[in-house]
Amino acid sequence: MEELLIMSQAALADSVLKKEEVPAPKIQTKDLALYYGNFRALKNVDISIPPQKITALIGPSGCGKSTLLRVFNRMNDLIRGVRISGQVFLDDQDIYHPDTDLIALRKRAGMVFQRPNPFPISVFKNVAYGPSIHGMASGRELESIVERHLRATGLWDDLKDKLHIPALSLSPEQQQRLCISRLLAVEPEVLLMDEPCSALDPIATARIEDLLFELKKDYTIVIVTHNMQQAARVSSSAGFMLLGELVEFGKTGQLFTNPIDPRTHDYITGRFG
Amino acid sequence: MSRRWINLFTHLFTALTGMACALVILLVAIILGNIAYHGIPHLSWRFLTTAPSSGMTEGGIFPAIFGTAFLVLLMTIAVVPLGVCTAIYLQEYAPVKSKWVHLVRMAIQNLAGVPAIVFGLFGLGFFIEFVGRRVDQIFFSGQLYFGQPAIIWAALTMALLTLPTVVVSTEEALRVVPRSHREVAYALGATRWQMVWYVLLPQAIGGILTGTILAVSRGAGEVAPILFTGAAYYLPYLPSRLNQQFMELGYHVYVMATQSPDVDATKPILYSTVFVLLTLTFLLNFAAILIRSHIRRRLAAAR
Repeated sequence: MEELLIMSQAALADSVLKKEEVPAPKIQTKDLALYYGNFRALKNVDISIPPQKITALIGPSGCGKSTLLRVFNRMNDLIRGVRISGQVFLDDQDIYHPDTDLIALRKRAGMVFQRPNPFPISVFKNVAYGPSIHGMASGRELESIVERHLRATGLWDDLKDKLHIPALSLSPEQQQRLCISRLLAVEPEVLLMDEPCSALDPIATARIEDLLFELKKDYTIVIVTHNMQQAARVSSSAGFMLLGELVEFGKTGQLFTNPIDPRTHDYITGRFG
Repeated sequence: MSRRWINLFTHLFTALTGMACALVILLVAIILGNIAYHGIPHLSWRFLTTAPSSGMTEGGIFPAIFGTAFLVLLMTIAVVPLGVCTAIYLQEYAPVKSKWVHLVRMAIQNLAGVPAIVFGLFGLGFFIEFVGRRVDQIFFSGQLYFGQPAIIWAALTMALLTLPTVVVSTEEALRVVPRSHREVAYALGATRWQMVWYVLLPQAIGGILTGTILAVSRGAGEVAPILFTGAAYYLPYLPSRLNQQFMELGYHVYVMATQSPDVDATKPILYSTVFVLLTLTFLLNFAAILIRSHIRRRLAAAR
């Protein structure tokens, strides 16, 4: 009886999805698997990340959500012994194609890390770093780029008179904002965020979440989080991962209130995790 | 064992270790005190700025100071790029745990253990007899220019001796740059070269500087490597070309201590020269310590 109910709900969810106009996914994986040596960290992942939305990846520690995030800008390439099968598309580009320009890819899909990690140089130089290495701007133009991206993260008003103080003297929240500014300055299309608030207090977390809402107008955001409330608050789509598998993926509201898979249900009701 | 015995042992051991420390300090104090006591009275601006005269029983040590500075300058120019590049390769480019890296590391460790006099002989055999002779044959139609002891060969020999210091301290400095800084540089689309140049080197510069200063301080104090490769007993002129010989403080001390025609007349000069040499190396070491502690504090703040 219960099974029947779940199935009818799934059918309902499907029909709701079909009625809406679905834009072409920004990122799409097809039968993705990833191995660390002999260990299979991701298996048969098929996911479609919608553009200009926030997509959350949730799941217990070690479920592969960070690994999946790092697939999208090929950060896993830095780790020895990583093998990948299947396909990953950013727009129409197969990013694991041998001809892929890694520099260009990472410029399009940038990353914000768990702990705020500004370079130990000035605020200004942190934001100017990306545009400088990509030869995007210099002099006056660079100054205006820095201003624009500090404004985008709400740092400008606080820091406009002290752009040359060391970035490490900022508060953790300001540092994380600075890291986001630094990323925005290379003009990416996708922001990959690996638990960006896990080192912040609740108030700072709330403010960063507000910032994410602002940013999703212009960027496609994928956020990995341990915090289910956060995923429910900020994301429009969400995926639940377990043991390297994408168990369920759908609209956030549906995933949290009416999960199809019993494992998702168990996780979000706190039966494990 | 009774409590009394344990207490006795505790006190005894405390006393023993304390005495060992006191002995070390005492020895250093005696050496330094003796040198300062005999060396300072003869020091003067004239002593530092004039050449020795009357068979080294009078005059100053300016050519030796000049030669030492020239030597370590050339050595630094040679050893820093080579050492820093080696360290960057080992830390950032070489495949982790490969046999090749193991081999290079072992070579560097062994290099650090080779006695200084062996470096001197190597310099004579390799730089002067082999490289220098070839240079003369090819560029100077066999005339003697570089196939003889010269400051350039002494500096290169000294560079080999101090190479491990620079490599090890640079590697250390690169290792403490957090992994996340490398990742974030890549995540912003930096090439490996840009990551090294804009992220690693600025953070490692303190460590590189420390290593360089330690190398300079070692280079300024060593005598054996330059014994056969370019140091001169006495020169009436200052070296102005790379293929000339030079006077050097450490070697000057050796010469005055062993070859003086009048030991008593040389003695005050000898003491003062040793004092100058010691002050120089101490200042350099002190600078290295200051920079290092400054970096440690900055790193601690960054964590």
